[in-house]
Amino acid sequence: MFKQLPDDNAELVTVIIEEQSVKVPSDYSVAAAVLANWTGPSRTTPVSGAPRGPYCMMGACFDCLMEIDGVPNQQACMIPVAEGMSIRRQDGARGVEI
Amino acid sequence: MSEPVDLAIIGAGPAGLAAAATAVELGLKTVVLDEQTEPGGQIYRAIESVTAKRSDHLDILGSDYAAGLELAQGFRASGAHYLPQRTVWQIDEERNVFASGPNGVEVIAAKRVLVAVGAMERPVPVPGWELPGVMTCGAVQNMLKGSSLVPEGRVMVVGLGPLLLLIAQQLARAGADVAAVLETAPLGNYAAAMTRLPQALMAPGYIAKGRAILAELRDRGVALRRGVADVRLTGDDRVREIEYRWRGRSRREPVDMALLHQGVVPNANLGMSLRIDHTWDAMQRCFTPNVDDWGNTSTEGILAAGDCSGIGGALVAEWRGRLAALDVARQLESIGAEERDNRAQPVRRDRDRHMLVRPFLDTLYKPRHDSLAPPDADTMVCRCEEVRAGEIRQLTTEQNCPGPNQMKTFVRCGMGPCQGRLCGLTVVELMAECRGVDVSEIGYYRIRPPVKPVTVGELATLEEIDAG
Amino acid sequence: MVACDAIVVGGGIVGGSIAFGLARAGLKVVVFDEGDDAVRASRANFGLVAVQMKGAGNPDYHRWTRQSADLWADFAAELEEHSGIDVGFGRQGCAWACLSEDERILKVQQLEQIRAEAGTLGFDYQLLDKAEMADLVPGIGPKVVSGAYTAYDGHCSPLYLLRSLHRATLGLGGRYISNASVDRIEAAPNSFTVNAGGETATAPKLVLGAGLGNTALAPQLGLDVPLRPQRGQLLVTERVRPKMAFHMGRIRQTAEGGFMLGTSNEDAGFDVGTSTGALSAVAQRAVDTLPYLARLRIVRAWAGLRIMSPDDYPIYDQSPRYPGAFAVACHSGVTLAAAHVLNVARHIVAGRIPADLACFSSRRFNVQAAA
Repeated sequence: MFKQLPDDNAELVTVIIEEQSVKVPSDYSVAAAVLANWTGPSRTTPVSGAPRGPYCMMGACFDCLMEIDGVPNQQACMIPVAEGMSIRRQDGARGVEI
Repeated sequence: MSEPVDLAIIGAGPAGLAAAATAVELGLKTVVLDEQTEPGGQIYRAIESVTAKRSDHLDILGSDYAAGLELAQGFRASGAHYLPQRTVWQIDEERNVFASGPNGVEVIAAKRVLVAVGAMERPVPVPGWELPGVMTCGAVQNMLKGSSLVPEGRVMVVGLGPLLLLIAQQLARAGADVAAVLETAPLGNYAAAMTRLPQALMAPGYIAKGRAILAELRDRGVALRRGVADVRLTGDDRVREIEYRWRGRSRREPVDMALLHQGVVPNANLGMSLRIDHTWDAMQRCFTPNVDDWGNTSTEGILAAGDCSGIGGALVAEWRGRLAALDVARQLESIGAEERDNRAQPVRRDRDRHMLVRPFLDTLYKPRHDSLAPPDADTMVCRCEEVRAGEIRQLTTEQNCPGPNQMKTFVRCGMGPCQGRLCGLTVVELMAECRGVDVSEIGYYRIRPPVKPVTVGELATLEEIDAG
Repeated sequence: MVACDAIVVGGGIVGGSIAFGLARAGLKVVVFDEGDDAVRASRANFGLVAVQMKGAGNPDYHRWTRQSADLWADFAAELEEHSGIDVGFGRQGCAWACLSEDERILKVQQLEQIRAEAGTLGFDYQLLDKAEMADLVPGIGPKVVSGAYTAYDGHCSPLYLLRSLHRATLGLGGRYISNASVDRIEAAPNSFTVNAGGETATAPKLVLGAGLGNTALAPQLGLDVPLRPQRGQLLVTERVRPKMAFHMGRIRQTAEGGFMLGTSNEDAGFDVGTSTGALSAVAQRAVDTLPYLARLRIVRAWAGLRIMSPDDYPIYDQSPRYPGAFAVACHSGVTLAAAHVLNVARHIVAGRIPADLACFSSRRFNVQAAA
C-alpha cells in the first residue's frame, strides 16, 4: 500500500509478518512495516469481524491493533520494529492464556 | 515517591519543547514525557532523523518542517529531563503523572503540569471511512516524515483545511499519483472568508504560502476540485472506489487509497480527564479548554499550551509554550511578575500577530454540516464499537436520550479503546441536530483516566508504588 | 398539561422498572428524568443479579432478593418481547473467591447465617476448597484459599437493561421526558402535578424512583426517604473471547467480552471521580483471584454512587398524608428489577403496599430513633 522513497542510509532489520520475513528500516513503526508490505487487513473487529487497517498513525484511533511478539491488541503505529519481531493480524477479540 | 519536579510537560511538540527550554533556562526542574521516540510532536515528527539521515527528503517536506530542527536542538541543549516513549494515562489531583513505557509504570510528582498534547484530526465520518486504505492526511504525512513512505497507486485527497493542500503538495513532490484533491468546503465559505482576508494578510506568511502551494499543485498537474459533496468510499477488504458529487454530477472513480482530512481539533481527552472546564467553539466545531493568557486552566496547577489549548498552528504553539513556562516560573517564584511580563511581551506580540490568520482559515475551512453529522444512517460513527449514525439519531429522537453519556451506555459508542476520540464530536453534532439545539447544550462524554490503555497488572502494582 | 395515570420521577433502572411495570399493567405513564450529567447509579452498575451476599441478618431482604432472582428469567423474556433488546441475562451462579483465612471464615459465617435464617425457603451453597475452586474456575491464583458457589446468582448488561426498560415503556404508550429535573411536586391526596423540562403532567399516582434525589423530594409528599451515597469504583478491560459464564461477585465477563472488575466502597459524598488507590486495590484483588487478568488492558474506569438507606436495605412506602404517592429506593436496582416490575408495580396499581413488604417502610428508622 506504501512504497519506500530511496534512502541509502537506512539500517535494516528483519521482522516476520504473518510467517513472512521482510527487511524494513529500523526506524519504522510496526504499522509502517505492515503498510509497506501489505497483504491484507491488519485486524478484524471484535464486533462484526470487519476488516481494518491503520488509520490515524498517531495513537488516537486504535484501529491498528495487532499481535506483536505474541502480545495481542498492541498499537502497531506506536511501537518501533525490532530485529526478529513477530507481527500478526489481530483477529477479532483477543484470547488470553491461563 | 521522589521529590516533585517543578514542571512536568506532557508532549514534545512545539509547545512542549519551547516550554521545556524556557523553563530550564529559568531554573525550573523540568521533565518532558512524550509518546514518540524523538522530539518534534506530529508537526516536526522525526525531524532529527530526517535531517541527519535523509536530508534530501527535506525538499519534499518543505522549509516549515525543516525549521523544527532548531526547536529540537534548543530542547536537547537545554538539559530538560526527556522521557520518550512514555504514554501518560493519568494525572491525579496531587499532580502525580502516571506513564507507561519501556521501564513499566513510572509515577512522577510535579508542582505544575503543562498539558501540551497537541491536536488530532477531526473525525471524518463518511460512508466507508473505516475501510483499510482510507487514512487521514496527517497519518500519511507521518508516514512520509517518520518512514519515508509514500502511498502506492491512485490516491485521492479529500476534505478541507491547510493540511489537505500541503499533503497533496508533499505527495506530488514525492512522486505519488495524486489523482485529485477533492475539497469539500462549501463554496459559500470563500465569499465569507474574503471579509477576513485583510486581517489575515497581517499575519506573516500564511496567505502567501497557501498561494504558493496552490500554484505548485497546478504546475504539477494535480486537479483541485472545489465544492465536492456526498463523498462515499466503497470496497471489500480495502477501499476500491470513491463516489462524490461535483458540479451537479455524481462521479465514481477507482482509488487505491483515500486520504481524509477535515481540519484539526484539540486533543482533549487528557485535559478532560483532569476536569478542566471546556467551552464549545461553534466556529471550529470542537471543545476547547478554558485558559487564561498564560495557559492556566480551571484545574489547580494544570496548564495547557499549544494546539490542545485551541488551534493556532505550530508557531503559535511554540509561543504559548514559552508563555506557560514563564508563568510557571513566576508561580514557583523563580522570577517575578515584572520579569515574566518583560520576557512575555515580544512572545505575546508574535503570538497575537500570527493568530490574526485564524478567523480567515476558520471561515474558509468550516466543515459542511453533513461532514460533521453524517446524513446517511449507515455511516459508521463509532469505529471501535461499530455504532452507526442512524442509531444515534433514532435514540435521540425516539427515546429522548438526554445526552452523550446516556447514549454511550445505550449503544456503546465511545466505550471502545479509543475512548471516544473518533466518535465524540460526531455523536454530539448528531444529537444537537436531532434536538435542534446548540452542541454546547448537549455536552460531551465524561472522560476519566486511564486515558490510554494500561494493564490490570500495571494498575495493581501501583499500590506498591504508593506504599513505597 | 398531560393527564396520565402515573408520574414516575426518575429514569434510572429503579424508576424505569416501575414505569415499565405500571405501563404493562395498562397505566398511562409519564417519566421525568434528569439530564445527562445527573448522578446516575444505573450507568455505573456492575450488572449482578446477586443473591449469595444478600441478607445475612435480614431474612426478609434475603427472601425478597431470592424472589426477584427467581422472577428474572421471565422478566427478561417479557422485556425482550416489548423492547426487542436482549439484556444478556444468564443465571449461571456465583463463585466467590476468598483470598485469606479471615475472608473464608467470614464467608462461611455469612452463608451459614443466611441458611439458618432462611427457614423453609432453604439456602443451598457449596463451600469449595482450593482444589475444588481450581476445578470450577480455571486459572485461579495461588492466593485463593477457598471459595463458595451458589446457583441462585446471575448477571446481565445493566446498560441494555436501562435502554430496554425505556424502550419498552415507550412502546406501551409511556412518555419519557429527559433533561427535566424535578424540584417541586404539587401534592394532594390522589392528585399530583409535576412541571419540569417544559412539560406539565398530572396524575392520581406518583412514584419517587429518583435514587439519591428521593431524599430531597420525599418531604413534599409527606414521606421520609433517608439515603446517602456510597461510592464504588469499577474497571472494564478490552474484549476477550469468552472465558467465564458465572460471575465471581467482584469479577464478571460481559456479553461483549470485557472483564468488569469491582469495586470499592467509599464515603466520598457526591464525588463521582475515580482514585488511584481504590482502583489499584480493585485491580490487585482481581489479579490475586485470576492472575491472567493482569495481562488485559483496561479500557475504562469509572465511579458510581450507590443509594444506601441507613441500614442499607430498600425502602418502599406509600405516603399516609398523600395516598397515591409512593417511594421506591434501593441500591440493588438490577437484582430487584424483576420484583419491581412484576410485583411492586402491581402493588402501586392496587394502591397499597402489602404486609410482606411493610418491613421495608422507612418508618423502621423512626422506631429505631425513638427506641
